[in-house]
Amino acid sequence: MQTPTPERSELMQTLFGRLSLDAIPYHEPILLGTFAATALLGLAVIAWITRARAWGWLWRDWFCSIDHKKIGVMYMILALVMLLRGFADAIMMRLQQAMAFGDAMGYLPPHHYDQIFTAHGVIMIFFVAMPFVTGLMNYVVPLQIGARDVAFPFLNNFSFWMTVVGAVLVMASLFIGEFSTAGWLAYPPLSGADYSPGVGMDYYIWALQIAGVGTLLSGVNLIVTIVKMRAPGMTLMKMPVFTWTSLCTNVLIVAAFPVLTAVLVLLSLDRYADTNFFTNDFGGNPMMYVNLIWIWGHPEVYILILPLFGVFSEVVSTFSGKRLFGYTSMVYATVVITILSYLVWLHHFFTMGSGASVNSFFGITTMIISIPTGAKMFNWLFTMYRGRIRFELPMLWTMGFMFTFVIGGMTGVLLAVPPADFVLHNSLFLIAHFHNVIIGGVVFGVFAGISYWFPKVFGYHLDKFWGKVSFWCWQIGFLFAFMPLYVLGLMGVTRRVSHFEDASLQPWFITAAFGAVLIGAGILASLIQFYVSYKRRASLRVVGGDPWNARTLEWSTSSPPPEYNFAFTPRVHEVDAWWDMKRNGYVRPTSGFLAIHMPKGTAAGITLAGISLVFGFAMIWHIWWLAGLSFAGLIGAAITHSFNYDRDYHIPADEVTRTEDAHTRELAAQEA
Amino acid sequence: MSARIPYSLLLLPLTFLLAGCDAVVMSPSGDIAMQQRDLIVVSTVLMLLIVVPVMLLTGFFAWHYRQSNKKAAYEPEWHHSTQLELVIWSAPLLIIIALGAVTWITTHTLDPYRKLDRLDASRPIPADVQPLKVQVVALDWKWLFIYPDYGVASVNEMAAPVDVPIEFQITASTVMNAFYVPALAGMIYAMPGMQTQLHAVINKAGDYEGFSANYSGAGFSHMRFTFKGLDGAGFDQWVAGVRSSPTTLGREEYLKLERPSEREPVRHYGQTMAGLYDAILNLCVEPTKMCMRDMMAIDAKGGLGLAGVYNLSRLSYDAERRRGSLPQPPAEYVTALCAVAPEVMLSPAAPPSYGLSRLAP
Repeated sequence: MQTPTPERSELMQTLFGRLSLDAIPYHEPILLGTFAATALLGLAVIAWITRARAWGWLWRDWFCSIDHKKIGVMYMILALVMLLRGFADAIMMRLQQAMAFGDAMGYLPPHHYDQIFTAHGVIMIFFVAMPFVTGLMNYVVPLQIGARDVAFPFLNNFSFWMTVVGAVLVMASLFIGEFSTAGWLAYPPLSGADYSPGVGMDYYIWALQIAGVGTLLSGVNLIVTIVKMRAPGMTLMKMPVFTWTSLCTNVLIVAAFPVLTAVLVLLSLDRYADTNFFTNDFGGNPMMYVNLIWIWGHPEVYILILPLFGVFSEVVSTFSGKRLFGYTSMVYATVVITILSYLVWLHHFFTMGSGASVNSFFGITTMIISIPTGAKMFNWLFTMYRGRIRFELPMLWTMGFMFTFVIGGMTGVLLAVPPADFVLHNSLFLIAHFHNVIIGGVVFGVFAGISYWFPKVFGYHLDKFWGKVSFWCWQIGFLFAFMPLYVLGLMGVTRRVSHFEDASLQPWFITAAFGAVLIGAGILASLIQFYVSYKRRASLRVVGGDPWNARTLEWSTSSPPPEYNFAFTPRVHEVDAWWDMKRNGYVRPTSGFLAIHMPKGTAAGITLAGISLVFGFAMIWHIWWLAGLSFAGLIGAAITHSFNYDRDYHIPADEVTRTEDAHTRELAAQEA
Repeated sequence: MSARIPYSLLLLPLTFLLAGCDAVVMSPSGDIAMQQRDLIVVSTVLMLLIVVPVMLLTGFFAWHYRQSNKKAAYEPEWHHSTQLELVIWSAPLLIIIALGAVTWITTHTLDPYRKLDRLDASRPIPADVQPLKVQVVALDWKWLFIYPDYGVASVNEMAAPVDVPIEFQITASTVMNAFYVPALAGMIYAMPGMQTQLHAVINKAGDYEGFSANYSGAGFSHMRFTFKGLDGAGFDQWVAGVRSSPTTLGREEYLKLERPSEREPVRHYGQTMAGLYDAILNLCVEPTKMCMRDMMAIDAKGGLGLAGVYNLSRLSYDAERRRGSLPQPPAEYVTALCAVAPEVMLSPAAPPSYGLSRLAP
């Protein structure tokens, strides 16, 4: 809790706003320890990069790169790093809830605990799940549709760095000031200026607003890419399913994220300009906020899961060696889910007192979503039917998903029955349900996607042993961590509680904490897997570019793909284009290459995002002069960038020939 | 296939469900909660009709069509079957039609705003029974219960006679909470400046746990109260006990009580100001503050125009009421136009007593 600051001089107030040395949490040993560890790790990374003389390479080839493949990889790295932070929050919560009974108050005071669960939710959704999904789409979609990059390559780089800035602000709140204590959706009046006067809520607002710019622009970018840049012959109904689900997800992003932006603007006006949109007095209406945030929030759930449905479709069909069952109904199911996801938001607050007819309408629309979702499940099932299933890592994660997700789906439909929701809303049953679908669906899907496309991205396989260890730790850890939460929910235990009186609950919480530790082991095993695979990359090497005998266009290039993806734009005749090409004796062109026109890297994205970071920080701490200056700088930098005409270059024909010849030799070696 | 044995772990949820059977949500003591429990069971069984076959089929297909099983059929180009499509769309559809019908009906019959029409599955409500009225206020971080028919109030403890319909009116002082007694009935939000309702009945005597089920800030974890289900005589006795308490609850006492505090002990107020709940609901317990009701009436007629801009004041104890203590200007509010009537304590003429008309089952 912040202590009252003594009167500060006018000058200090003007120069630093609310920022003072008190904002640094010296008195919190946990935070100091975290800071020390983070700082040491950061210094070690910096020293390592400096020793390897890699700064120039990092800056030119990665930070300023507008290659969709590199940006995709950077999104995945961001998500992995933030996963560690989000998981650290999770394990702290589990530990607190496993020990705080009766006289034992646990090791976290409520103010700290409240920040942790808020940060956990915000980080896991906005800075883990979203970058994972965006990263996969960024890398795979252009390759799947036979394009050389996304439609707006610079915008792509800018979107990525704006997302990073959001993550940086959330991380900065650990060491400068505090984070929000209002929960991940920050319901007013609790999140208003009256009841959350500190900087925590402002960190929340500006982190989401700045990252939101990135998300929205990347949504626009991918829609245009998919609509305008498909290879000739690839009609909509011949697009790979992952591209279809990506299209739907990005439509959802473009339609939903502006609502989030708007509602957060209204909330910031309440906090900064004394308006009364969501206050108790002066005609404000907090229920309006709850409605608006869920009009964004429910589509957001489908934004996260749809692309992973696409991943599972690709994986099941590839590893069953069989064409996807019911491609058309799969596409329609996806589109139906996209539309229905806008008609269900009220099920998040049946208990707010809407009438019975309103509640049952939204309850039933919610249940209807389970029909297309169920159809998808059956489609995967019948893709496996009469297939030849290879249980490689991606398929293992997919099997884990199919078993786990049906349970989560079932409890979800249960929560959609309003009178049942009245007893289960806000309980640990609800927590168990959405972790059931997010871990079982999104996380398992992301790991399936990573292990499926890793050989594409880096040219070598992921180590199978450590992959299996990771999978089983996640799968079993999930059961231990969340099945007890279902039971606790039925015992009437509410979420976000940091201390309990009833000691009979403790064994359940200890079991859940054990499950969280197992999940931690799963994450560790993944990290070891990356390291081991890197070390053994020579023996795990993929020869020829198509290690899984896969079906879609991204596997027709070398692994890793050349910078320009395709030397010649492929022509598409069938749904599984690459499978079709292989079957019909496609002959790869080995001569006659032309120079390829490509976009050029730029520092403008990282610069604009950097200035946005300063702007966000200044707004959070009420340093008005800096906010004004950085905002002007932001506009100025954007205008300056628009005068940069040096935006493209040609990869000379002989360089293309060299790259393609190397691939030709590799393919020949594979034949032999 | 190595995947087979560990998947038996997926049976764990069943064990957990068995453990959940004696949990309060699955064995409640009030008729509404009981019907909600039944609904959970019915819906789950309905869904298991499709979930169990899917899981079995997944396991069987994964096992049977594994790569090493060369005896299994392999049709790499088979990808469409109209009959199968019909089944996979219509099977979930049928389940959802059934569940949707159940949902429509129960959402209406179990609407918390709807007056009860039965005491439990076998007993209708006797004609002569008077429902118990309770006004609930979620404060920072404790619960205030006002009994308008008795003129008494209590903090962090409420009592109700067994087998008597209870009518709750629920609001909050500052932020959103949810009023929840799992043994009695489902939750409903408690929101400042707004009123929600709940109708319920308790069928078994006993002490039950009640709490806030919507996070409301630092003291949220301890925002708990005891819900006492008492027989008629016991309830009358409890009311008499509360009424004998010398402390009264007027504007001044309420404003003190309202300030944030945690783990408040149980308190009884022998007398309560008339119209206190109404003032809390209209955010005008401070005597100088205009009630929302009045403000809305003025606004409905076109508002005060520019004059309204000058009709503002600041709360005197703002710094303490608002949370956190960063220096900030106090909030403004609209001042009342009329003087507030002097405080009158509630003096109910004929409060219902439940001891005599005890309804034996």
